[in-house]
Amino acid sequence: MEDDAPVIYGLEFQARALTSQTAESDAIRFLVGTQSLKFDNQIHIIDFDDENNIISKSVLLHQAGEIWHISASPADKAVLSTCYNKTSESRVVTCGAVWSMPPEWESGSHESPDDPHNSHNPQNLELLCHLDNSAHGNASSVLWEPMGDGKRVISLADNHALLWDLTESSTQATISSSATLEGKGQLKFTSGKWSPHHNCTQLATANDTAIRGWDLRTMSQIYCIENAHGQLVRDLDFNPNKQYYLASCGDDCKVKFWDVRNINEPVKSLEEHSHWVWSVRYNHSHDQLVLTGSSDSRVILSNMVSISSEPFGHLVDDDDLSDGEDNHQDEKSKEPLQDSIISTYEEHEDSVYAVEWSSADPWLFASLSYDGRLVINRVPRALKYHILL
Amino acid sequence: MDGDICATDTATTPPDSDPARKRRVHGMLKLYYGLNEEGKTVDQAESMNPCDINGTHFDPEVYLNKLRRECSLGELMDQESCMVKQIRSLDSDMQTLVYENYNKFISATDTIRKMKNDFKKMEDEMDCLSTNMAAITEFSAHISGTLQDQHAQITKLSGVHTLLRKLQFLFELPARLNKCLELQAYSQAVSSHRRARCVLQQYSHMPSFRGIQDDCHAIMDKLAQELRQKFRDGGSSAEDLSECVELLLQLDEPAEELCDKFLSHAQSRLEANLRGLEAELRPPLSSGPTSVIDPSIGPARRLSAAPTAGSPADPTSPGNPFLSSSSRTDILEFIDRGCNEFVSSLCLVIASYQELFVNRPQEGNLASKDIPHMAIGKLHAFVDALATCYFSLVERRIQEEKSVGDNSLLVRALDRFHRRLQAVAKLLPGSAVPSQGTEIVVRAARERIKQYLAALQSFYLDSLRDVRQALAAPRLGGSSAGGGSHLAGPATGKDAPASLPELLSSLSASILNQIKSVLASVHLFTAKDITFSNKPYFKGEFCSQGVRESLVVNFIKFVCQSSRQFCESAGDRGGSTPPALLLLLSRLCLDYETSTITYILTLTDEQFLVQHHSPVTAVAALCGEARGAAQKLLNHYVKVQGLIISQMLRKSVETRDWVNTIEPRNVRAVMKRVVEDTTSIDVQVGLLYEEGVRKAHSSDSSKRTFSVYSGSRQQTRYAPSYAPSAPMDTNLLSNIHKLFSERIDIFSPVEFNKVSVLTGIIKISLKTFLECVRLRTFGRYGLQQIQVDCNYLQMYLWRFVSDENLVHFLLDEIVGSTAHRCLDPAPMEQSVIEVICERG
Repeated sequence: MEDDAPVIYGLEFQARALTSQTAESDAIRFLVGTQSLKFDNQIHIIDFDDENNIISKSVLLHQAGEIWHISASPADKAVLSTCYNKTSESRVVTCGAVWSMPPEWESGSHESPDDPHNSHNPQNLELLCHLDNSAHGNASSVLWEPMGDGKRVISLADNHALLWDLTESSTQATISSSATLEGKGQLKFTSGKWSPHHNCTQLATANDTAIRGWDLRTMSQIYCIENAHGQLVRDLDFNPNKQYYLASCGDDCKVKFWDVRNINEPVKSLEEHSHWVWSVRYNHSHDQLVLTGSSDSRVILSNMVSISSEPFGHLVDDDDLSDGEDNHQDEKSKEPLQDSIISTYEEHEDSVYAVEWSSADPWLFASLSYDGRLVINRVPRALKYHILL
Repeated sequence: MDGDICATDTATTPPDSDPARKRRVHGMLKLYYGLNEEGKTVDQAESMNPCDINGTHFDPEVYLNKLRRECSLGELMDQESCMVKQIRSLDSDMQTLVYENYNKFISATDTIRKMKNDFKKMEDEMDCLSTNMAAITEFSAHISGTLQDQHAQITKLSGVHTLLRKLQFLFELPARLNKCLELQAYSQAVSSHRRARCVLQQYSHMPSFRGIQDDCHAIMDKLAQELRQKFRDGGSSAEDLSECVELLLQLDEPAEELCDKFLSHAQSRLEANLRGLEAELRPPLSSGPTSVIDPSIGPARRLSAAPTAGSPADPTSPGNPFLSSSSRTDILEFIDRGCNEFVSSLCLVIASYQELFVNRPQEGNLASKDIPHMAIGKLHAFVDALATCYFSLVERRIQEEKSVGDNSLLVRALDRFHRRLQAVAKLLPGSAVPSQGTEIVVRAARERIKQYLAALQSFYLDSLRDVRQALAAPRLGGSSAGGGSHLAGPATGKDAPASLPELLSSLSASILNQIKSVLASVHLFTAKDITFSNKPYFKGEFCSQGVRESLVVNFIKFVCQSSRQFCESAGDRGGSTPPALLLLLSRLCLDYETSTITYILTLTDEQFLVQHHSPVTAVAALCGEARGAAQKLLNHYVKVQGLIISQMLRKSVETRDWVNTIEPRNVRAVMKRVVEDTTSIDVQVGLLYEEGVRKAHSSDSSKRTFSVYSGSRQQTRYAPSYAPSAPMDTNLLSNIHKLFSERIDIFSPVEFNKVSVLTGIIKISLKTFLECVRLRTFGRYGLQQIQVDCNYLQMYLWRFVSDENLVHFLLDEIVGSTAHRCLDPAPMEQSVIEVICERG
């Protein structure tokens, strides 16, 4: 069966920020934030019609500044947060803020990407609240509590991790607690991830070559993987099904998988990219599927069977099996389980800074390169059926 | 007519001479007497003729008639006269003959008469003699008859005499035995007793003999007791012992018991020998560790001397004096002692034992059939037990032999050990001892190979450490002299390169020498004059599996693996390994791949005449491994060097406030530093690697490429950015540009040449520059500064890379990205940039 061709969407501006709309579980929808110093920045809402292979987009204006990071609320489809650059008095400051999409965007502004005229009067995002961190420096990312009610966010600002409580329909943000990274030199968080396990009480952050785990109840460090990567750690992701497993990537071109109970050695290390790896994402459902994006302009989909929560394939209840499928199951279990690269996607021409799985369809993902090209790809069908059956 | 014939006859006769006539006369006489041998044929021819006057059938009538008929008268007359004449002569002849014969008759008659008288006398004498003889016979018979009685008597007397003498011997026996006992002439006593024993046994029913027998038994028991005592005492020599045993055997002692005793006695002595050997083993245990440490010190010392001495692996220099200075005996002495004391006494024991129990002629009631069988069985058990002890001692001693300095000593010791065991093999054909001994030798050889491998490995690591130190030493001096920019970080290669090729050649030469000397040492095991060298193990497995695989191949693999480890351990933080070492090792591995491995293996195969019965590692596989290691090292070198430069660029981008920077006056120092470092890396790599191919340059690359991102084209690239109406164009242009350029793999494997290495390093550095720029926001002067910097890099970096377009493209991208990230993109005039860059 032939795999569907990738779907490519071009933005007018350079872009780094990509997220799927976490709270949306029906439509395949990605949010992209642009980076432009000269024009009003935008948030593109990309809807993908899987059946017809058609992309439709909506554009919301983000006039506050160029977007470095974007994340969507897990509870409310209309709420999202951004980190953006604000230039004032020849100073560049990065701020975080929570925004709300105007309620009408969905009804009126659907348009085909081929029609440029409608994009001249896009609607503005509505500001809910600033994650005011002037005291704590530049925000590098804003993290929502996974699977939460959209009331708690963490922002990473320079060497601080700030836990915010959003109240009054998210219009009010107050710092409930904070942790500060202390040490020699100018320490700075480069990225972080809120663990979905342990009742969402853990946070992992990256600074320079180290990965640290934090307990949010006490705001204290619980582990630290020094020299996790030879160079800067660029991104982290938690295995959604195995609570101690963590993936990281960095400037040494490697992707490493850690069991945080044993931080001396990575469980697994991949070196498939030929330049810095900027983003790593576990598939939300099938954690053997790992997506990485790199500044060598490639996206690589790997099948890490050996360290996944389904090392023996998808577990099917006996009740569900008809006799015919029984045989099939036997056959499959004989196949050797090997970690492998499933596919390398080379549709990008520039560095890929973000990759993201769709929150609605586990077999679909998007990648965004600096030149503003968004590519939507699917997991090869052969593999999909192999995992499912 | 008759007359004619007669006339012819007569006519012929007269001229006949006398002898003829005489003969004719004789013939006739002979005829007469019947002696007609001669004339027979003639007679027969003529005899039938009746007319032949001389023939026997002569008929005078016929003859006369014939004459009358045939002859004339004259002729008849002649015939007649002739006849008369003949008759006359015949008569005279006859008279003469008669006369002669008459005399003879007379003398004969006289003689006969005389004889008759003599015979008569003789007959009388003979009669007298026969009567005398008869008398003598009669007398003789008479005498013999009278002597008969006396003769019988004498015979009887002599028989009695003999018996009496025997009896006397018997009666004297107890006394004699006692005396023998006193004099300790045991063998005499035993032989005497043996002679008497049967007789005594036979006549034991007679009281007197019984007494004697009892006495003898008592004495012999005593004697046996004494012999046993002597046997037990064990003070006596082996010869004495064997005599004892022989005597005891003759005294009907049970052979089995004797065997046991003999062996136990021998055992005690042999064990004493073994204890002596063991005593030599014990004391050095305390001083053992020091001698073990010694070889590890050796190679380091040797390497430093390597370039001058030429033979760094001289096995005698470090190991031996240390050993001999300690009080312990060396292994050769130990084995010697073991051979001379233990093995030779063992051989003696075996020989005398076999003489006594196994090979002795089976006689009398001793000859029970299974004695030799039983005896051999006991002997085997005995020898095996002792040999096991001996072997364990020898093995302990061999295990202590850890110094790899002088192999010949060990080989000679093993040879001696093995050789002496052959004597045992000859004496005791079925014994397992020699094969066990061979096994020990084989084990020792295996152990030796392992030790040599370990020594080679430690030598290699020590050599590397020395190289590291050599690399580090000049660098320290150099960086302090260079003014020590804080940006330098672990910058290397500024001063070290001068000695890089020398270090490489001395390193590889010393390793090769060490391998050769080890091979030479190991080769001793297979020397022709060594007894065990013709064992199948040493001919086959030792050479192929032992030397080739375990030693040489494993060492080469070790070199590759340890080289690879430098890449892995150094993966974090740019590495503790100096990049120059990586480069040097990479070249070393590459050299191994191209020639050294083949050389070493060929050398090994030739020296050891390896016949590969079992599969061995192919040269190609090893070469592949070495090449893999070389590639990995070089890749890692590129990565490390690229990282060092990247770090400089990154720091320089990250730490500056690009929005509020001042107008560029000159190229930033870090760019100069980048170019400097690149140049020194170029020099460093150039020392070890060939130039490599690059695409053709135009006559003035720096100028030409300079225009690529300046002038009109530069303007078209920036222009759309100002125009709000068409923001897409920038990307479009950039994408079109990328469509036609190949994708650049930044951290990609490099080729084994200078250009490729430098290209890799520059790619990494510039890509880092690009990514860092994209994370910043620039003011107008920030952009201009980047323009100046990139122009400067452009001027210098193109010469290092294989494809200058690569540099153009990346620098273009940097400036392009900077322009995008610029709040106020007002590019600097190209001419101004050039002026600044040329000012330096």
